[in-house]
Amino acid sequence: MLRKAQARRHPSPLPFRVTMDTTPIWITLRLAAVSTLILLMLGTPLAWWLARTRAWIKTPIEAVVALPLVLPPTVLGFYLLIALGPDGWLGATWLALGGASLAFSFTGLVIGSVLYSLPFVVQPLQNAFESQGARPLEAAATLGAAPFDRFITVAVPLARRGFITATTLGFAHTVGEFGVVLMIGGNIPGKTQVLSIAIYDHVETLEYAQAHGLSIGLLAFSFAILFMLALMNRRHARRAVA
Amino acid sequence: MTSLYTPGTCIRHRARPNSGHLGSLLCVLCVLALLPQTADADEVHVAVAANFLVTLREIGAEFHRQQGHSLVISSGSTGKLYAQITHGAPYEVFLAADAQRPQRLEKEAYAVTGSRFTYARGRLALWSREPARVDAAGQVLVTGKFSHLAMANVRTAPYGVAAKETLVHMGLWERLAPNIVQGEDIGQALQFVESGSAEVGFVALAQAKKRATGSYWLVPQEYHAPLTQQAVLLRRGSKHAAARAFMDFLRSTAARQIIQRDGYDVP
Repeated sequence: MLRKAQARRHPSPLPFRVTMDTTPIWITLRLAAVSTLILLMLGTPLAWWLARTRAWIKTPIEAVVALPLVLPPTVLGFYLLIALGPDGWLGATWLALGGASLAFSFTGLVIGSVLYSLPFVVQPLQNAFESQGARPLEAAATLGAAPFDRFITVAVPLARRGFITATTLGFAHTVGEFGVVLMIGGNIPGKTQVLSIAIYDHVETLEYAQAHGLSIGLLAFSFAILFMLALMNRRHARRAVA
Repeated sequence: MTSLYTPGTCIRHRARPNSGHLGSLLCVLCVLALLPQTADADEVHVAVAANFLVTLREIGAEFHRQQGHSLVISSGSTGKLYAQITHGAPYEVFLAADAQRPQRLEKEAYAVTGSRFTYARGRLALWSREPARVDAAGQVLVTGKFSHLAMANVRTAPYGVAAKETLVHMGLWERLAPNIVQGEDIGQALQFVESGSAEVGFVALAQAKKRATGSYWLVPQEYHAPLTQQAVLLRRGSKHAAARAFMDFLRSTAARQIIQRDGYDVP
């Protein structure tokens, strides 16, 4: 069914899966969703700790979290490739635990994306936690709330906007990832060929029509996400003034 | 699962006009995260040197018509694909643009011993998309005016190596070095010329022949080491019947006809 529909759309019908179908879109969405969920789970406690602590190690850790913002993706990709390969410490451990090879797999892409998008999730959360100040929590403590209860019922709801920003930015940044996934993903259709790689592939094989289709879609998607975030922030600012 | 922002018993906080956003956002994420991953047992994962990509697609179509198996194709420079294979990439068949990498894979036990064979001998061409730019003797390299000469990576791509050897043979390497732009593989070199960013470029004859317009010079074979392109069955494909079937099909008359038609010599 699907293959027939594709054949009609494209002048040279190919009976096998190449990059012209919608598979890269679904892989990208799945990768971004899984990575964002993991990032929220790891990033929330980390951001919370960074917002509260006064330990000297806070500053170096903040710098490490921000590294993906300035590092070329090739540096991250290079070290990930070494770590995830069958001889790398992470890849070897994973293999010993019975997993398949991490390099050039979807799981490997998730690991890479989580590292790559880390600052986009941790920084908004940390800002949101910091801007609340200590007073709401102290009030909750006086009323007898346990630390975890205070966190869940006071800190998280107050940081709601931070969470929305972190989620959308983490998701959008993972969708737009290229260098890291190219190095550790290996451009395998149906498995690790995400949108940005599929576009690169189309350009290189001179399939400009397909490259246009995917690129315009990605452009519109990214604009929509950033526009929605800005809109939300503006509404919030107006409410704060009122 | 209770949602993150369920109010607890300890305190009542301000109204939360936005609290629905975060919940629905998380729901969307969970649905997307659970998207099924497609997997098909009858697919053969092939890593192919970029010069042969288009030809492989045609062979794959014929293979599918005759035997029903499909190919999942990843293309790149031979050197890059070799590095990926040694790092655990899940390819089953490797179609290289040289003989050296398949040999090494065989020696290093990434490939099945005895499965290696030459599937094509490639030819290098100097191509431009402008009809009159490249002459039949390649004199454009000596006398022509151009600001960019495209070629594949001279270290990882065999066609890039051959391009460099050609220029060295002609005594032009040093003079033209500032004008050379290297693509990651020959697909990118072709794209540089096709887009007009580079006026001329060294590509595979098969690629030059497929372009509708332009002019090319077929580089004499003695200008560079032969481009013996070998295929090898990788360890991952050793137990996969469809992968073995494809290796046989690559040697069949039907496949050889396609390879020859596209501008390669067949052994």
